Amino acid sequence: MKQKTHIRLNLNGEETEVAFSPHKTLLEVLREDLNLTGTKHGCELGECGTCAVLVDGRSILSCLMLGLDAEGREVKTIEGMANGAELHPLQETFADTGAAQCGYCSPGFLLVAEELLKKNANPTRIEIQEALSGNLCRCTGYIKIYEAVELAAAKMRGEEMELPREAVYGLD
Amino acid sequence: MSNKGKTSNNLNVVGKPFRKVDARAKCVGQTKFADDIVLPRMLYCKMLRSHLPHALIKNIDVSKALALPGVFAVITGKDLPKSYGILPVSQDEHALCIDKVRFIGDPVAAVAAIDEDVAFDAMNLIEVEYEPLNTISSIDEALLIDEPRIHDYGDSGNIHKKVSLEFGTVEEGFAEADLVREDIFFYEGNTHLPMEQHAAVAHYDSDNKITLWSSTQTPHYVHRALAKVLEMPASHIRVIATPNGGGFGGKSDPFNHEVAVCKLAMITGRPVKVTLTREEVFYCHRGRHPVLMKFKTGVKKDGAITGMHFQSFLDGGAYGSYGVASTFYTGALQTVTYDVPRYKFDGLRAFTNKPPCGPKRGHGTPQPRYGLEVHLDKIAEQLNLDPVEIRRSHLVAPNTVTANYLRIGSMGLGKCIDKVAEGSDWKNKFSGWNGTPRKLPYGKGIGIACSSYICGAGLPIYWNNMPQSGVQLRLDRQGGVCVMCGSTDIGQGSDSILAYIVAEVLGIDPFDIRVVTADTDLTPVDLGSYSSRVTLMTGNAAIQAAERARELLSMAVAEKLGVPIENISLAERRVFDVENPELGVSFAEAVVLAESKYGTIGTVGSYTPPRSPGKYKGSGVGPSPAYSYSAAVAEVDVDPDTGIVVVARIWIAHDIGKSINPMLVMGQVEGSVYMGLGEILMEEMAYRANRNIVHKFPSMLEYKSPTTMEMCDVKTYLIEDPDPNGPFGAKEVGQGPLLPVPPAVANAVYNAVGVRIDEVPITPEKVLRALRDKARGRDGRFGPGAVPAVDWPEPLRVLTPAEGGDGKELPNVAIHS
Repeated sequence: MKQKTHIRLNLNGEETEVAFSPHKTLLEVLREDLNLTGTKHGCELGECGTCAVLVDGRSILSCLMLGLDAEGREVKTIEGMANGAELHPLQETFADTGAAQCGYCSPGFLLVAEELLKKNANPTRIEIQEALSGNLCRCTGYIKIYEAVELAAAKMRGEEMELPREAVYGLD
Repeated sequence: MSNKGKTSNNLNVVGKPFRKVDARAKCVGQTKFADDIVLPRMLYCKMLRSHLPHALIKNIDVSKALALPGVFAVITGKDLPKSYGILPVSQDEHALCIDKVRFIGDPVAAVAAIDEDVAFDAMNLIEVEYEPLNTISSIDEALLIDEPRIHDYGDSGNIHKKVSLEFGTVEEGFAEADLVREDIFFYEGNTHLPMEQHAAVAHYDSDNKITLWSSTQTPHYVHRALAKVLEMPASHIRVIATPNGGGFGGKSDPFNHEVAVCKLAMITGRPVKVTLTREEVFYCHRGRHPVLMKFKTGVKKDGAITGMHFQSFLDGGAYGSYGVASTFYTGALQTVTYDVPRYKFDGLRAFTNKPPCGPKRGHGTPQPRYGLEVHLDKIAEQLNLDPVEIRRSHLVAPNTVTANYLRIGSMGLGKCIDKVAEGSDWKNKFSGWNGTPRKLPYGKGIGIACSSYICGAGLPIYWNNMPQSGVQLRLDRQGGVCVMCGSTDIGQGSDSILAYIVAEVLGIDPFDIRVVTADTDLTPVDLGSYSSRVTLMTGNAAIQAAERARELLSMAVAEKLGVPIENISLAERRVFDVENPELGVSFAEAVVLAESKYGTIGTVGSYTPPRSPGKYKGSGVGPSPAYSYSAAVAEVDVDPDTGIVVVARIWIAHDIGKSINPMLVMGQVEGSVYMGLGEILMEEMAYRANRNIVHKFPSMLEYKSPTTMEMCDVKTYLIEDPDPNGPFGAKEVGQGPLLPVPPAVANAVYNAVGVRIDEVPITPEKVLRALRDKARGRDGRFGPGAVPAVDWPEPLRVLTPAEGGDGKELPNVAIHS
């Protein structure tokens, strides 16, 4: 009844082939045909940022990209963010600071933050806000996410940094 | 529920910022949300929804849909004739509408097909013949239009519920007041907007039992509803709540899609999944009720309240949902912050042809709290009192009972007010009333508000004498501990709270513990993640279970060591003699000793809230084991040319009792501030009243919610005033800190530009209209002018505790229905 199309891509560092119905979005191909359910969906209309993945190092909304367009590209999802069992510093700080509450938006935030820190090793709070402005989070009020990004950035620069006491216990 | 010998000084886990037990999985994409579940041979479900707001269903023809290749089943309302609903008094929903549809989005048929595309095509082949009915689009219309009725039950016509309660005699209070002021407010409805769309997977297994995985906050209530609607013994049904990708109250009802996939799985013998689209999530709704309200309050010159009369009118939407409870909640918590010696409450909920409203974070209380705190600001201006002082001077005393019989335990609101007033430099920013020279430039303003919230409802939804929360512990002979509890993690960290508390009592590391939750086959009942009940109730149940296990370990180790049991302590994965800490065994060895002596080590704990002193009809809503308190100061910039309000910063202090994990508490406070900010500035469920009551914008782009660019800076203070009813003294934090945010912003807008926006949200259009109005010499207010004239029932009268009342309604008066 349906003809599947067949592409080859570099997925999380591995050469991968996949067959799928040609009208499918990259989001659907990742979740349904490659079983990588770490990429989430919040609207499937390009409004919430939840489905963000990195394509050739740039964050894109996988719900707005056809799977076909991933042919020959490098695609990185949340499953490919850690280096084996060793988490990316952002994953560590998101977990440690409570930046992931329900965790549903976290994969999108993490990948967009990774892209930011690649371009800018020492972003200001405003630069973080601007970089993450396309991702909605309903749990955190974003603050713990900013703190996690700042902490990870410091770690990646090799600096010793801890969350300020007021971020953990409130102001005295 | 004591935690013997544990003071803040010798806690090893409680009070520390541990990582959440599920945080790693969430950050590597391994957490399985409902839509991530894929089973072999799984079918996909789509639901056909009504495009009319109110219509009779004359005929449904599914033959073309059934004939489509790849379609396995199509069901309609007649396949699921039993009604259900979250409240016993509102069993008014059917999984699929049988004879009529009540709002745009009401489902009439469900399809199971080989994939979503085929299901979608099949859905569009279903032919429904409707006979449109006149619609009811607002509270006013519901009051005017008795026929057609949206439901054939309720107090009358399209009025779902009318209540009237009076504690003491408010007229006496008004008579002794120096000032009696009336104000009217409107709080527009808004929705939860969880990032995860609702999803569910049903599997009918080989021994004819059904398993449902669902993104629900209340697996226990879904379990009950399924047993009723599927007409199966509950023992043949298993409900597993998957981690919720955000709940906020929006996943607290049993839902039609959950029932539909179970039925389709039973018919087809194959697993069936449904995942709602974002548009469908807007139709599921159960969000904040739009509320029109009126306050009439008598005060003395110093601001002391002598009596308060509150009226609320709720636009309930098309079904009951939690609405009766929501209605009572609008009138319940006015009395727990400032002393209100006499109090009268009239509440009315209307049915309208819109998606049903229900519980959203703060359930029924953010609307009156916004009204009350702005009303109080206006009173302060009229009496020329500082807004901080009028609040600070008349606080409810701890360990007292309010006029409406709510028992207050610890009460840290005074400290909260002091913190935010000091932190925000209130004295040097608030300019005073009545033409006092401004301290902040025109356009900048500051405002304060306070609030309180319950830590769990005193009574369960269906009344019974059983515990509201149960915990089971199983100790492995190699030192592992498994905690089982029916509670559901919706992101707030309830799984982690269980691990922290058990680890604290047993002296082990929280990451030694395996947490199994929200599975009706495996876990004892916990009623669910709603009403800010989870930390207090599961925490107390976990303490009891863990203390019982500790007792067994202590006895076995004491015998082995030959020391008195009082000497035994558990810490750092050891069980040892406190007088000679070298003398002891590892935790795992202690389990072996205990298991050798007593057999398999498993313990249970449970929690039942204390009885409420209120015994009158309607006293079930409002009582709680404890009340949390919050105070917030907002600083805003208002552009008088555009009307745009930017909230620069919010100082918020929250009386948490005791933080089980301060990091998670901070996250809940910040998230609550965020959600309150969205509600006051932009979020609204708006309908085109004259265009068939269609939702104006059921999408995330057009339903505006704060992004990183709108979120304000937050300065948080945690006040620890331990409550004897809380585990280690802990109170709630998930909902309470939302409450003071909307009124603090509204009061700050007035302080900035001198206009009162008595309608939520405060959009630029409303600010500009009020500013123009003021420029023309009028009062510069935007908001409703009147409330409908309603024949309220004779109030149920209750003498207050101060009048010697016993909590029961007075005899010999007509008692309303």
